[in-house]
This record gives sequence, C-alpha cells and structure tokens, in this order.
Amino acid sequence: MIAKLSAGFAVLCLLSAPLFAQGAKPTDPQIAHIAYTAGQLDIEAAKLALEKSKNKEVRDFAQDMVRDHTEVNKQALALVKKLNVTPEDNDTSRALSKQAAAKRSELSKLNGAAFDKAYVANEVAYHKTVNGALESTLIPSANNAELKSLLQTGLKIFQGHEQHAEHVAADVK
Amino acid sequence: MTPGRVSFAAFVALALLSAPAQAETIQVIIDKLVFAPTDVNAKVGDTVEWVNKDPLAHTATATNGEWNVTLAPKQNGQLVLKTPGTTEYFCKFHPNMKGRVIVTP
Repeated sequence: MIAKLSAGFAVLCLLSAPLFAQGAKPTDPQIAHIAYTAGQLDIEAAKLALEKSKNKEVRDFAQDMVRDHTEVNKQALALVKKLNVTPEDNDTSRALSKQAAAKRSELSKLNGAAFDKAYVANEVAYHKTVNGALESTLIPSANNAELKSLLQTGLKIFQGHEQHAEHVAADVK
Repeated sequence: MTPGRVSFAAFVALALLSAPAQAETIQVIIDKLVFAPTDVNAKVGDTVEWVNKDPLAHTATATNGEWNVTLAPKQNGQLVLKTPGTTEYFCKFHPNMKGRVIVTP
C-alpha cells in the first residue's frame, strides 16, 4: 500500500515537474528557443483540434490559437534576426516537445466530446505551465530589453488564452 | 401675428431648444492588450471608436451581450451609443482585457 502510494506520488511529481531546475538561469538564445517552441507546440495542438473537433466553440478557440501564436512567433523570429541571435535548443525545449508529443498521441486516440474536453483541459494546463515559466524564469532571466518586452506582451496574450480556455472548458463540460 | 407665424416661431424655438449637442467620437486605443482609457464617459448618440494598434485580432464585447465589435489586427471599429447606463466589456479572445462604457442621457 505504501509502495503503491509512493509510486503514485512519484508519477504526480513527474507530471507536475517544473520546467526548470531550481536556480537554473537560461540564456537569451535559450529563452528565445523555449518561447518559440512553446508557441509552435500550441499551434500543432490546435491543428489536431481542427482536424478532429466538430464543436464550433472548440474550433474557434483552436483557430484563435493558430492565429495568435503564429503572429507572436513571427515577431519572435523578426526580433532574433534583428538581434542576430541564434535560438539554442536546450533541455527545457526538449522536455516541452516531448511532453507535447505524448499529449498529442493521447489526444489523437480520442473522439467527439471526449476529445474536445481533453484538448481544452490540456490548453488550460499548458498555458498555465508556460505562463508560470514566463513569470518565474524566462522574463526575469532575459537580458535583452526587447526580448524581455516581447515576452511580457506574450505573457499577457497567453494569460488571455488561459482565461479563454477556461471559459471554453466550462462550456464543453 | 397670424396663427401661422406663431406656430412657425414656436417650431423654430423648439427645434433650437431640443437640438442635441454635437455628438462626439471618443477613441479607445488598444496597445499591447490594454484598452486605454479603461473607462469611457459619453452621452447617448456619441460614438466609441476602438483603435487596434496590436497585430492581433481583438473584440470589444459587452458583458451583458448588448453589443460586440470585432477588431481585426491594426483596424478600427465603431459603436454608436444608444442607451444610457454603464456597460462592462471585454475581449473574447483575451478575456483579461477589460473596459467600461458609461453613457449618460
């Protein structure tokens, strides 16, 4: 029983593991890579929703995600080009991609209302995770003022998405 | 004075008295997901014009469902205020964006 409980606890820890080790401070090229990757992953999730969902509210939300994240990433690419920074792959980007791939394969097995519910619930959780990382690590660690400002605007946009996703989640329950 | 003149003069006087003050257009600037000013004070007949400076689509949507103005990226949108009262509004795409329109008769 105790062994089972602790195994359960270990799984919980893995799932809720923060994106960053305590005290780790990413560099600007790494931050740019993480922010861009986070956006791309949400676009991929939205594209899956557009393939699978027939719910108008869910589809509208997914289209909003594609539109906004495409625009933010366009700005991010323009900024790294201007600053002559090459985004650098790193453990956090890899962890995000890996988690997102696992989630996509899980979602792709669901259909109808079950898919809608799971997709939207994951959108709430995903934006929460990314916003937490932006607030606690990415924004404070950013050295370049323009990068910091883009991340701050990004945070406001993604906080909006989190609230929007919560509204949709309440409707598809 | 003939009755015709009286009524004409009365009509002119009435028209002058009841002529509404020049309706105004009040701008709300949207920049980096903020409605500025947050509160709009207006009169019935005035127009609110939202100027979307963001490269993102927004909306100005009344919480009570009375009106909904869609704002394409870098585009403006207008609303003529018809009824007095205070209406809270938000952006449907980014519900953390909020504002108020306060209309007096």
